[in-house]
Amino acid sequence: MKFTLSWLKDHLDTQASLAEIVETLTRVGLEVEGVEDAGAKYKGFVVARVIEAKPHPNADRLRLCMVDAGGDPVQVVCGAPNAVTGMKSVFSPVGTYIPGKKITLAKGVIRGVESNGMLCSAAELELSNDHTGIIELPADAPVGVAYATYAGLDDPVIDVSLTPNRPDATAVSGIARDLAAAGAGKLKTHAPRPVAGAFDCPTNVTLAFAPEDARLCPAFALRLVRGVKNGPSPEWMQKRLRAIGLRPINALVDVTNYLTFDRGRPLHVFDLAKVKGDLVVRRARAGESVLALDGKTYALDDSMVVIADESGVESIAGVMGGEPSGCDDDTRDVLIESALWDPPNIAQTGRKLSIVTDARYRFERGVDPDFCIPGLELATHLIVDLCGGEPSRMIVAGDPAKPKRAIDFPYSEVKRLLGIDIPQSEGEAILARLGFMLEDGKAIVPSWRPDIEGKADIVEQIVRIAGLDRVPPAPLPRLTEGVPPPVLTTLQKRTRLAKRALAALGSREAVTWSFIARPAAELFGGGKPELALANPIAADLSDMRPSLVPGLVAAAERNARRGFADAALFEVGQVFLGAGEKDQRIAAASVRSGFAKAGGEGRHWTGGGPVDAYDAKSDALALLAALGVAANAVQIVAGGPAFLHPGRSATLQFGPKNVAGWFGELHPAALEALDAEGPLVAFEIVLDAIPPAKVRPTKAKPKLERSEFMPVSRDLAFVVAEGAAAGDILKAALAADRALITAADVFDVYRGAGVPEGKKSVAIAVTLQPRERTLTDAEIEATIAKIVAEVGKKTDATLR
Amino acid sequence: MTDLSTLRDETLAAIAAANDEAALEAARVAALGKKGTISALLATLGKMTPDERRSAGAAINALKDEATGALAARRAALKALALDARLKREALDMSLPLRRAAIDAGRIHPISQVFDEIVAIFADMGFSIAEGPDIESDDYNFTKLNFPPGHPAREMHDTFFFAPDASGERKLLRTHTSPVQVRTMLAQKPPIRIVCPGRTYRCDADQTHTPMFHQVEGLVIDKSATLAHLKWVLEEFCKAFFEVPKVGMRFRPSFFPFTSPSMEVDIQCRRSGGEIRFGEGEDWLEILGCGMVHANVLKNCGLDPDVYQGYAWGMGIDRIAMLKYGLPDLRDFFDADLRWIDHYGFKPLDAPTLAGGLSG
Repeated sequence: MKFTLSWLKDHLDTQASLAEIVETLTRVGLEVEGVEDAGAKYKGFVVARVIEAKPHPNADRLRLCMVDAGGDPVQVVCGAPNAVTGMKSVFSPVGTYIPGKKITLAKGVIRGVESNGMLCSAAELELSNDHTGIIELPADAPVGVAYATYAGLDDPVIDVSLTPNRPDATAVSGIARDLAAAGAGKLKTHAPRPVAGAFDCPTNVTLAFAPEDARLCPAFALRLVRGVKNGPSPEWMQKRLRAIGLRPINALVDVTNYLTFDRGRPLHVFDLAKVKGDLVVRRARAGESVLALDGKTYALDDSMVVIADESGVESIAGVMGGEPSGCDDDTRDVLIESALWDPPNIAQTGRKLSIVTDARYRFERGVDPDFCIPGLELATHLIVDLCGGEPSRMIVAGDPAKPKRAIDFPYSEVKRLLGIDIPQSEGEAILARLGFMLEDGKAIVPSWRPDIEGKADIVEQIVRIAGLDRVPPAPLPRLTEGVPPPVLTTLQKRTRLAKRALAALGSREAVTWSFIARPAAELFGGGKPELALANPIAADLSDMRPSLVPGLVAAAERNARRGFADAALFEVGQVFLGAGEKDQRIAAASVRSGFAKAGGEGRHWTGGGPVDAYDAKSDALALLAALGVAANAVQIVAGGPAFLHPGRSATLQFGPKNVAGWFGELHPAALEALDAEGPLVAFEIVLDAIPPAKVRPTKAKPKLERSEFMPVSRDLAFVVAEGAAAGDILKAALAADRALITAADVFDVYRGAGVPEGKKSVAIAVTLQPRERTLTDAEIEATIAKIVAEVGKKTDATLR
Repeated sequence: MTDLSTLRDETLAAIAAANDEAALEAARVAALGKKGTISALLATLGKMTPDERRSAGAAINALKDEATGALAARRAALKALALDARLKREALDMSLPLRRAAIDAGRIHPISQVFDEIVAIFADMGFSIAEGPDIESDDYNFTKLNFPPGHPAREMHDTFFFAPDASGERKLLRTHTSPVQVRTMLAQKPPIRIVCPGRTYRCDADQTHTPMFHQVEGLVIDKSATLAHLKWVLEEFCKAFFEVPKVGMRFRPSFFPFTSPSMEVDIQCRRSGGEIRFGEGEDWLEILGCGMVHANVLKNCGLDPDVYQGYAWGMGIDRIAMLKYGLPDLRDFFDADLRWIDHYGFKPLDAPTLAGGLSG
């Protein structure tokens, strides 16, 4: 919402400075977005006459000018080819800030001649791009007068960013009311006098709605002014309209635009000669269309309201008028419309047709019903004043009057909500200045404030005008005495721990989009229709992600294309199994690409190489360990989802029915589908799936059991088939005597001389921990034999 | 005795000349072995008269002791030489670069770090952390929050929608974390003190907007929560978060459908050379919106607005992260550029605490 200072002063009697007004506006909730103050911008620039222009003694292209800027003649060196004796132009003395050059003018000596200022081009004033010569002003331009004043640029334009609840502030008069309420002046808006029409309006209006649709047009007032002489509106009106960015058209149209801003009252004018028969206000019919004032043809449907005559639709109600019945310089008889519309319907129509107009802006927020008739009277006065003519009596279809809204308002609400007292007399005075009436503990809401619904809204009016800075901060009492209890849930703790654990493993945290491309979602088990956005912002951000991995793979690939092929990236965040509120999970995933191995990135003299599935396994198990999962609690089952290499992947589960995740190398076909280069390994674990830790009654740790006897270690090498799993060998070895065998680990895997083709040798170290006495050799040998037998049974292994 | 003197010289010379353990052993055997020269002299003592034995014995034993001492000294010297040589052999190139420790290489994203900072501050003030689904119903995201269907304020939220389901319900991606407030009020009896951080979505992308961003909202509901408390909570938060002893704040009246009175809050700052300092300066920077919870919202959530009252606020986690840590471009947050994460990310063990200072 833009307006000029002088316009505001039509409604507000004030001595306040521009700065005070701007400050007050923001303070009361009418946030000032910007102020264009050409008067300040052009401070120093004055109208001047070139007394004499002669060639510069030392430069062919320069001229030496004596300038009369209202004081003593000033000598200026000027490079403009159009500087001639006797011309009027714009002069800036030394010390003036030149906006087009972003410099402050200093005294200069140009080619040996002193120059005490500058004759300016339009570009230097940022009036246009023209820098071919200095500005040429008419011969009658008054020498010595500030240029901004002369050019009519000294009326500052204030731009207020309006919140959608304040239709009253879409009017200069409404803004003045708030300022007056805040003590920045006195409101002096005049109520329009009724016009006594001399004859009946020849055009009739019917509101053709079913009873349940009556809200679509509560009232429609119409009047004819005959014998007008249309043409350009007066300069003062054009100047204001131009200042706020509107293009003056003709007096009749300008009056409607002017009152739209002056009073927040949108109006429409029809050229009677172009209206056929009476007007009907009704729903549009499917298939109807209208050529609107913006020159475009709009196809209408029956959700929209139109004003039609016998030839068809003449205007889209509350949004935009039609071209065929519009007013031009030839208009002699003009119909003026002032109507009320249904705000949601206007919003919907505007949205459907993608039309943004000043009328729609106001009607969808709700215009003052009580100003429907006065608005028409005011428009009539202005039109008769500017264009002459004779007004008819007014026709009013429907009834603009709305019942007064009264809200129970005990003054104690102020203290209840704000925590401080604002004296009742002060609060009531504020409400009165805003147009509220107070009686019997009730506040009667002014007709222009449809946003006021309840007590709190009235408190808001008082505090915003009195000043929010009047409310001093008051400490929030603690809910519990003493040290606050912990607040995080298990999942919240796991989430934050997972992030720091994965970062501690050398990985970088990424935050990637929650939506991914449909094919990627499908590849990772998603792509359900219920998870597809109806209006995605881009084709590749269309489906809610079933996994974090596609986003991380894309991130690794982006980095590779920038020249950083070794990427260890992780994310901990939401994944979506369905659209239900219980279908969201928190997953932790990491991706390693190139040489970003778990042991360190890049090629290195200590070793390293391309990432492999064991790097992903290492990350996954380290994360589970960090989250407090015992190593033997999670089962690692060979193979995983189809997007993984079938022979280089495994599933992580807590029992067959609780699959928590997977790790491995991505399937070459999956990489191809994701348009990524391998090698690339990943893991993903759903944190919700990890069984919760057992709740224990105390924080005491279980007693440490320490044996007094030395553990015994024995190495055993088994020859097994190439496809046998080392994990099965270890499991079998441990199972041979669960009490005695406390550890088993693989220390070598060997293929080659001494081991038959198609077989491998797996060497394990087992630890026996005696608890009651030292083991005899015979006991040790017996246990080893049990291990060999058990491993042989489970894996077809033979001792090497 | 010339013999003895010669023998001494020869023996000591042989010991001194021994350059390794074997030569030294040979010298020992030659002098002190069963058939050694000194052992042979000692064997002659038995055939001597007591007087001869007295004088010669002392001399021979002295020679034996001297030879034994010289052998031990030589052995120690040889051992030291050998150790020296071994140590020289074992020298490694200490300039060889090692791999960077994982704990040094890993990084936490600024959003997670700031998330943890926010939690640290509000947990201390007795707030718990509430979360809810990203895919929400229109009812929780808008209607219950006093955005009636068709309300123009809905248009300010460029909402992502899903296709209507079988029952005709059209779900959406939450445009703010306020539905979590609704869920909490529906599920929990006051007093309520929560903050709801999380991902939010709006169909908007330009230099300063991304279609996904992060918000944290707060909600206090009880029988006496006032705007004065709200101001205090926000001031305390801003001081703690920006880690400054005081911070100027400006509350401006504004509008949100779910609060009344509604306010936007600016904080005082000074911008110079791409840096922003808080708690000083003449500029104001908008950082959050807040207000007293609207009576309709309380009613919609089953609370009697004449009994319960409260306040709520919301701010962008990404935005306050950008302000505090000088991150220039929001779009970089979601790009996972390794160079950006390495530079702007946080070390894994730098978890923010109030005791240690949020940023250490």
